[in-house]
Amino acid sequence: MAASSERSPPPFPDSEEPELLEDSDEGADAFTGTSISEMDSPSPDSTKPPKDIFNEPLEDIFSDPLSNINSEPQKKVDTKIPSPSSDEAVDLFSDPLDDDSEVVSSPEVQNPMPDLLNEPVQAPKSDVLGEPPVHKNAARQQDIFEDPPKGSSKSSSVKKAASAELFSDEDEEDLFKELPKVVTKKPQPSGPPVDVFTEVKSDVKVKPQVKDDPTDLFAEEALTAPAPKPSASSSSSRTNGVHSEEHDLFSEATVELSLDSPRNDRKKKDAVKPSVSAPVAPVASSSSKAPSKTLEELEEEESEDTFDLNISVTNPEKVGDGMNAYMAYKVSTQTSLTMFRSKTFTVRRRFSDFLGLYEKLSEKHLQNGYIVPPPPEKSILGMTKVKVGKEDPSSAEFVERRRAALERYLQRVVSHPSLLQDPDVREFLEKEELPRAVSTQALSGAGFLKMLNKATDAVSKMTIKMNEQDVWFDEKIQDVENEEQHMRKLHVMVESLVNHRKELSGNTAVFAKSVAMLGSSEDNTALSRALSQLAEVEDRIEQLHQEQAANDFFTFSELLADYIRLLGAVKGCFDQRMKAWQRWQDAENMLQKKREVEAKLLWANKPDKLQQAKDEIAEWEAKVTQYEREFERISATVRKEVIRFDKEKARDFKRQIIKYLESLLNSQQQLIKYWEAFLPEAKAIA
Amino acid sequence: MTSISEDSDKEKVHSVSVDLNNDASLVIDIPDALCERDKVKFTVHTKTTLSSFQKPEYSVQRQHEDFIWLHDTIVETEEYAGLIIPPAPPKPDFEGPREKMHKLGEGESSMTKEEYAKMKQELEKTVQVHEVFLQRLSSHPMFRKDRNFQIFLEYDQDLTVRRKNAKEMFGGFFKNMVKSADEVLISGVKEVDEFFEQEKNFLLDYSSKIKDATAKAEKMTRSHKNVADDYNHISGALNNTAADNNTAFKKHLEKCAEVFEKLRVSISKVEDRMASDQELKLTELLRYYTRDIQAAKDLLYRRARALADYENSNKALDKARLKGKDVAQAEENQKQCLQKFDKLSESGKKELTSFKARRVVAFRKNLIEMTELEIKHAKNSVSLLQGSIEILKSN
Repeated sequence: MAASSERSPPPFPDSEEPELLEDSDEGADAFTGTSISEMDSPSPDSTKPPKDIFNEPLEDIFSDPLSNINSEPQKKVDTKIPSPSSDEAVDLFSDPLDDDSEVVSSPEVQNPMPDLLNEPVQAPKSDVLGEPPVHKNAARQQDIFEDPPKGSSKSSSVKKAASAELFSDEDEEDLFKELPKVVTKKPQPSGPPVDVFTEVKSDVKVKPQVKDDPTDLFAEEALTAPAPKPSASSSSSRTNGVHSEEHDLFSEATVELSLDSPRNDRKKKDAVKPSVSAPVAPVASSSSKAPSKTLEELEEEESEDTFDLNISVTNPEKVGDGMNAYMAYKVSTQTSLTMFRSKTFTVRRRFSDFLGLYEKLSEKHLQNGYIVPPPPEKSILGMTKVKVGKEDPSSAEFVERRRAALERYLQRVVSHPSLLQDPDVREFLEKEELPRAVSTQALSGAGFLKMLNKATDAVSKMTIKMNEQDVWFDEKIQDVENEEQHMRKLHVMVESLVNHRKELSGNTAVFAKSVAMLGSSEDNTALSRALSQLAEVEDRIEQLHQEQAANDFFTFSELLADYIRLLGAVKGCFDQRMKAWQRWQDAENMLQKKREVEAKLLWANKPDKLQQAKDEIAEWEAKVTQYEREFERISATVRKEVIRFDKEKARDFKRQIIKYLESLLNSQQQLIKYWEAFLPEAKAIA
Repeated sequence: MTSISEDSDKEKVHSVSVDLNNDASLVIDIPDALCERDKVKFTVHTKTTLSSFQKPEYSVQRQHEDFIWLHDTIVETEEYAGLIIPPAPPKPDFEGPREKMHKLGEGESSMTKEEYAKMKQELEKTVQVHEVFLQRLSSHPMFRKDRNFQIFLEYDQDLTVRRKNAKEMFGGFFKNMVKSADEVLISGVKEVDEFFEQEKNFLLDYSSKIKDATAKAEKMTRSHKNVADDYNHISGALNNTAADNNTAFKKHLEKCAEVFEKLRVSISKVEDRMASDQELKLTELLRYYTRDIQAAKDLLYRRARALADYENSNKALDKARLKGKDVAQAEENQKQCLQKFDKLSESGKKELTSFKARRVVAFRKNLIEMTELEIKHAKNSVSLLQGSIEILKSN
């Protein structure tokens, strides 16, 4: 195994050796397939907390590199410092490669790989970090870089190490603490345990600068990959195994990243995705460990550059008659963004078009972990009233409510940097005629299918028991759940406030009339006058209450309703992530089964079928890495999205609450005016 | 047991005060009320310089039923038929919140501060109408000399007035029925005096209007209180949300919690105050005058009754003269009826005129006070809201 061979170099302390050797033996066993049961045995060795995450057979394989990484810093710090560092570096790199070949267990590859990797890794690194004092760090750093390319098992090991780091494993911290020295020149000042990765990132950053405009992209990418695991970079070595230079690897990565970055055309990214996945990974691994603090800083930057795009939904208009009637809305856009054909444009859209837009967007983006803002719900009752009733005030209120909701919906869509890039969004805003969205009808076949899908989703959601290893997600999912509860409660209260205020408004109106009557029967002239003035004041106050009720509803109640829907969308993203995880786990299980088959074949000595089994293993290994990568990508995206969402939410709430308070302030000021005008009247009673 | 101290908020207490206690020779107030299960014991405090009282100062405990007894005895006194008898205070409406009263008796710990405050307010209102009743009596030149009133004020033991039994309750109900039927009959009696004709029409009209206005005002203040309650709940929930949230925006939300707490004070409390002050100053006023007008109508009824009696006695006298039998007795009767009617008319005219003046003064006072309070609360709320908005905007 990689780990064992890495440790085998002479300078390692003796004490470690036996264990290491054992490891190596096991590794060999694993690959010769003699004893599967033994494969599991090393797990006790790996004492790191995150161990149980990978309770698959891979575990033992992981544990080794992990211990390797962990033990390395000590070794190096203790024993290696005096030794010529260049040697070590060489050792380190040449060794792992052997392992790598072992892991891949294809003898043919074994030879070319060492060469390829040996050279590039060593050359650039030693160049960059030529100074002796820094060297040991450099070496270590190389380790980190190097580990990922080492075959699937290795990569996960790194991941494990990473998670170990997350859990603030002492050893790991040591390892990482050393690194800042090397890093000093880097722009991101951050906590020690994370520095490695910022460093890595900045390293990467420097290199690709020659190519695109990668600094920005990088910042972006850092955001996309907040998952604390260096993602499966293993396959990168395999798929891109031909890389002659590390430089290449990274520059590639950046190119791919640029595709990944939300600023770029998403379509392109989608197209390239399958092939992209591999190169993206190493970068993801580098950036993924960027401290959340840095992440937030970056987020801040992102949120600063607001885009110039104003959307308004106006002029609701009833089109047609009877039950086939529908409401059409004018959607006007004002922008200076160059991606649009002109600065201002207006289209007419009906409600189902809005729903259709959502369908399209969620189909494309939900699976990637994007929070797609949900449109307002269909309301058969409300719409029927609009269709049937002529000038009913309640239907007017319904239309206005929906209009405002649609406007907010569109604003949320375009304020999402990735969704804004979607051609469907642009089409919706710009194109004169849209094909009729049929699948949005509640009673259509598509609607039925959707319902069916939802049902199966719900069932599978219940059956999947995800063992959440990511603390961040664990907490966040709980938070979202709590928050939704709170919002629902609050929403009920605000609804009751709206109702009570409407009631108050009505009662004030009735009282005003009654006081006016009383004033008319009063035989004292001054008192009679004062009473009719009082009636007028109460009338105005009634208006005030009415306006305030509208404010209660539109700025407060609807805000909560929106966020209850949005939290639903957030939960949908979590579900997507869980699904991705489930797929990955299923693939792991399958791989395990295939390995068992291979082992049996080896035991039974049936070489004829062995090749087929090996092919299958390779195939499933590829799938596992792919699914794992997908899971990591979706985790990263969801995380980024949720952070973005939280920020938006805080901003939104603050803005709306201020707006609401201002409306209250306004009505109180009016109230003062009214009463102050009345005061002399009251005093005039004689 | 809870006692409500009146001097806590004098300004609020005198919602219907009609400058009754301008005569220092007999000053009555209720400084304390004791809540005992479903009963309220009022401490009636009297200070007097009148020679008819044996001591210059008294402090006795009276229950609501004692007040009713006093009112009933005054109503039944023939002598006072020509006066507007101050309306009896309404029975403390603790039937609904009886349970809460219970809690109030047990101590504040078992109920929330808000509930306690509400109960206290309710009790204050009750105390106040009882106090006003006594003050109306004490400020009236006739009633203040009433024997029963003096006993009520002086006797330092429990009055142990007999609670009305079922028969009497029914009797009272029957009397009311007769009265209403009589009213219809009497309204057919041709009015001889322009003043009373006008007064009658006015009071009938006014009484229905003010009843209506009172009901509407009650509804309005009730829904206003609901709004205040909603705000209270909402800001509480917002506070919880802010406290529970442990996202990266906790810091931001903690600031918000501070603001929300302020909001709870500004919106909820101020709205509540607005509602209760409107209730105290306006609704109570309307309520009181609904009763007072009923008392005035009762006076008119008694006078109309006397008028009818007089007319009947006239007829009887004519009959007697025709028959030449019992003429002297009929003459005597007719003379008495006329005397009674004239006396009623005279004092009634005086009473009604002073009633009018009193009403106008009370309306003026209450409307001014209410307006000033509303302005005060709104200004309070404005400054709190401005502060909150600034805090929010600054962070």
